Amino acid sequence: MPTMTLIQAINAALDEEMKRDERVMLLGEDVGRRGGVFLATEGLQQKYGPDRVMDTPLSEAAIIGAAVGLAAHGMRPVAEIQFADYVFPGIDQLFSQAAKLRYRSGGQFSAPMVVRMPTGGGVKGGHHHSQSPEAHFAHTAGLKVIVVSTPYDAKGLLKAAIRDDDPVVFMEPKRLYRAVKEEVPTDEFLLPIGKAAVRRQGRDITLVSYGGSMVETLKAAEEMVAAGLEPEVIDLRTVMPWDKETVLSSAAKTGRLLVISEAPRTASIASEVAATVSEELFDQLLAPPLRVTGFDTPYPLAQDKLYMPTVTRILNAAKRLLDY
Amino acid sequence: MDTIQYLDDQGRPLRDLPLSPEELLQGYRALRRARHFDERVLVLQRQGRLGVYPPFRGQEAAQVGVALCLRPDYDWLLPSYRESAAALTFGMPISKLILSWRADPAGWGAPPNVNMVQFYIPIATQIPQAAGVAHAQRLMGKDAVVAVFIGDGGTSEGDFHEGLNFAAVFNAPLLVVVQNNGWAISVPTHKQMKVQRIAQKAQGYGIPGVTVDGNDLVAVWSVAREAVNRARAGGGPTLIEALTYRVAPHTSSDDPSRYRSEEETERWLKRDPILRMKNCLLHLGLWSEDQEAALSEALEAEFLAAVEEADQAPEPKPWEIVEQVYQEMQPDQQAAWQYLRGEA
Ligand SMILES: Cc1ncc(C[n+]2csc(CCOP(=O)(O)OP(=O)(O)O)c2C)c(N)n1
Ligand SMILES: [Mg+2]
Repeated sequence: MPTMTLIQAINAALDEEMKRDERVMLLGEDVGRRGGVFLATEGLQQKYGPDRVMDTPLSEAAIIGAAVGLAAHGMRPVAEIQFADYVFPGIDQLFSQAAKLRYRSGGQFSAPMVVRMPTGGGVKGGHHHSQSPEAHFAHTAGLKVIVVSTPYDAKGLLKAAIRDDDPVVFMEPKRLYRAVKEEVPTDEFLLPIGKAAVRRQGRDITLVSYGGSMVETLKAAEEMVAAGLEPEVIDLRTVMPWDKETVLSSAAKTGRLLVISEAPRTASIASEVAATVSEELFDQLLAPPLRVTGFDTPYPLAQDKLYMPTVTRILNAAKRLLDY
Repeated sequence: MDTIQYLDDQGRPLRDLPLSPEELLQGYRALRRARHFDERVLVLQRQGRLGVYPPFRGQEAAQVGVALCLRPDYDWLLPSYRESAAALTFGMPISKLILSWRADPAGWGAPPNVNMVQFYIPIATQIPQAAGVAHAQRLMGKDAVVAVFIGDGGTSEGDFHEGLNFAAVFNAPLLVVVQNNGWAISVPTHKQMKVQRIAQKAQGYGIPGVTVDGNDLVAVWSVAREAVNRARAGGGPTLIEALTYRVAPHTSSDDPSRYRSEEETERWLKRDPILRMKNCLLHLGLWSEDQEAALSEALEAEFLAAVEEADQAPEPKPWEIVEQVYQEMQPDQQAAWQYLRGEA
């Protein structure tokens, strides 16, 4: 089994799906000749030609809008938005159209498309290269939203997203693109959308996270283990629809929930998970669920490290839960 | 459509120049100052003393020529990330620009006598805003003019069209300057659009559109001056396409060998806007190598002083990341602020 980085796993998933199904095609800014600014689509235009890997004009509205049209008429488009921060000019197409096409056409049309985008901070990108807008997407019924944290998941979930019959937003933490490496099968495999992964089993506290923040969450978990605790760690992987069953059964077991995400706090995925656990398990919890998140502020420029949930912030919150 | 030009590729005047000798000298000094800045900050970048930087080498004339027509304390400039040269010429202090590209909050905002909005990063968002800024000048009874910059790629965004149409309908005093530098990262202009000339797009909004040789400072300056005068007199917006070339990488993190050969770059380097202007001055007997040497020395001294000033900017405080979000801090920011100060 070869070892792959996150970006290599994404490239491999796209390659396999394009080979398998002629309808699968890629479109976006700089995805062809250059292979994308992060090189996720490197080599694919050379391999599959400019009709299946399109360098588009610089317009997110046209990229997502055209993908809706292509998807509704037989193709399986995978659109790349260069940074999650640049999806906003295309939001009308994504929210008002892709998400609602099935509903507003009484099921006559659907938009089986994927919109991929690098997301999150940690690369000193500032306000306009670091945002984590997954909650916006999750708030729009009709879209599925995936945020990956490992090469294995990236491959299995991207392939599943391409085969899904509804529009999927596929978010790739850019700080992990080349930071994580693991063995990824070259044989065909798919992972189910909407299913979390339990990264570590434990009985004292449930740590729920996803995407880039999985790094700090797992480090914090290691420190807890070193201190004699047994944390359970859940990687949501899909944030819409998210895996309530796995989270609820873990929180019911440990009685303590900590949700960690670098996205801003208010109206976040972290808030949604904490609220659901409070509603469902109020009388079984040993402490009120807590969130460790990014701050409610534009993503800062120079002070990346301050903004992101750090191991220390996670450990402090865990201590509050355990001491409650 | 013709391309307006005053200097040939070697810098020899093709006809009578519409600028005075003093203006020609002022223009050349501004070009050299911009080039010096670009070269020196790239060195800082390589030393790890700057963040990602988008160089403007080869595009100095297209920016300087516009900035020189504006009154920094009265008119307004809305630049994209590519326009450090316009910002510099318009009066942004070098130290501020360094801090800004260092991703230091001390680089945000402009001094009170420099009417510039911080560089725009999300492409084309500046265009509708510039229409609003320009319209506001009229509503306030001023005859101030607004100049906004964008690239060839940016003209594909909806905001470009929507902003231009809005400005045209309300006759806003606006210059929309498109630096057609041949590339939007890896996509060449001819694959970005089907029109031959970006200036043709002006017809779609019912406003004047001009293509100018963007590597000819005299041409850019005179075309921009005419558009500024028209806008000031109530004649509405103008679309200016400056034909130029991005001889450098897209940013300090780009590798152009992934998508282009440098043959065309070589051709454009021979039409370097600074070489052409220098030759023009030499041809007119307005410049000497002694003056050149003295200018280089002065520019380096100015730059070094600015770096020193930038280096003295205080470390940003952790809690500042939640300041300036609202006029009055709201409860969520207040809680974060106290946390970051170690008070909660
Ligand atoms: C809305 C948006 N989409 C994508 C990007 C990413 N991006 C940054 S620069 C660039 C190319 C811009 O090309 P052009 O407009 O020609 O300007 P140039 O860089 O050549 O000055 C792209 C796609 C962005 N900044 N904003
Ligand atoms: Mg360009």
